[in-house]
Amino acid sequence: MVVELFLDLLSQPCRALFIFAKKNNIPFELKHVDLLKGQHMTEEFDKVNALRKVPALRDGAFTLAESTAILLYLSRKFKTPDHWYPSDLQKRARVDEYLSWQHTAIRAAGCKVYLSKVLLPLITGKPFCPEKVERAIEELNVALKQFEEKFLEDKPFIAGSEISLADLVAVVEIMQPVGAGYEIFKPRPKLAEWQGRVEEAIGKELFQEAHEQVLNAKSLSVAELVPELREQMACMLLKLIN
Amino acid sequence: MGLELYLDLLSQPCRAIYIFAKKNNISFEFKHVELFKDSVLGRRTPGGNNPEQSRAAQSQSAESGKLNILKKVPALKDGSFTLSESTAILLYLSRKYNTPDHWYPSDIQKRALVDEYLSWHHTNIRANAPKTMWIKLLIPLFTGQPLPSEKLQEVMEGLSASLKQFEEKFLQDKLFVVGSEISLADLVAVVELMQPVGVGCDIFEGRPRLVEWRDRVEEAVGKELFLQAHEMVMNIKELSNIQIDPQLKAQLAPVLMKVLQ
Repeated sequence: MVVELFLDLLSQPCRALFIFAKKNNIPFELKHVDLLKGQHMTEEFDKVNALRKVPALRDGAFTLAESTAILLYLSRKFKTPDHWYPSDLQKRARVDEYLSWQHTAIRAAGCKVYLSKVLLPLITGKPFCPEKVERAIEELNVALKQFEEKFLEDKPFIAGSEISLADLVAVVEIMQPVGAGYEIFKPRPKLAEWQGRVEEAIGKELFQEAHEQVLNAKSLSVAELVPELREQMACMLLKLIN
Repeated sequence: MGLELYLDLLSQPCRAIYIFAKKNNISFEFKHVELFKDSVLGRRTPGGNNPEQSRAAQSQSAESGKLNILKKVPALKDGSFTLSESTAILLYLSRKYNTPDHWYPSDIQKRALVDEYLSWHHTNIRANAPKTMWIKLLIPLFTGQPLPSEKLQEVMEGLSASLKQFEEKFLQDKLFVVGSEISLADLVAVVELMQPVGVGCDIFEGRPRLVEWRDRVEEAVGKELFLQAHEMVMNIKELSNIQIDPQLKAQLAPVLMKVLQ
């Protein structure tokens, strides 16, 4: 029985998993959970992840949530190349450090930009609030600065000379505000160069395949989202940007 | 030059590291960082590439409303290697000092359960538990004004929701998060939950299963060590009598007010 990955490529952590599994030729069954159709809020999906979030993994009777945990599980089960999660203690610690910090920094800020500019207007039907977007962008700017100065410094990748899970997780998160139309790379040449290296290490085709949906905001629709779920989602998402 | 751990036991992640290192007889030099004095004004930092110093500058000019002050600790220095983020530090120590398997089990599914909790923790339990102390004690201390009760209520509601998920998804009917033995997941969770207790928000009240789990964790860690680590936070009211550097007060007050917007 093959590993099942429950994903929606609109979600950053889902993209990290998709890219990681594909890049490493990990056999898996992709179970599409369409967030904009509310498919994560069904009883059926509850059995896979009671937290009602994507991504999720099911490996036989074993279910797992949280992309960091899933990435590490796959790297161990399928013995992926060392550079993804280096066996060298200090390099590994650098990866752990980034994976921990990013939750409340880049990920939080990037989500807020995308939610306030794209998703909430889409779901509520109301125009976005410029103040909220502005605040989210400020937060993102601070996080990106810290990323460049503390995590990247003058290295090609976060852990050193090779790509790791840290870069993968970072890049998918940074692409989210890009999908909201925010110009991240032009004013940040160092970051742009790093992104280029990451994309190349992953493979341009795979990178672009994973990001097709998020980079095409106009194609998103909530036509198939029932009103009750729509309201629930709006409520939940509003809390995240406050 | 041995292992140095920069800690303030007022901080939850610092307590997790302190307990872990002591419990496993890891010898280290305790570098006491007093959050409301040394770290913010940049006087005592680990050296090396000085991540803490740039963060000090960051928090002083914080416009985003995101308070970085508490993220100065914990920090580790091992020779020329410096490391921040408690998860990273705990894992580094567990590997370097080959601590007993149950802390971070080698079984990949059990290990995944620890990773799962440590990841979820950031934006759930850790999103709200610390705010109880900010709202009830620290912000009034720095700004001289109490906060409206709705603020605390909002935070307690959020914390309640997280505790429900903790009990129903992570703990279930097991003794510890992973199963029959304590792991890093339980340690990180318990220190965080002691923060509200320290300011009189007893989140264990009315949650007997959670109490039983906490008692098991306390016993597995060792009561004496647990109490020692939590002495400061359990006597937090003494903090309201400390003299805070007026310069610090002036710098932080506006930032703190933004935090709870």
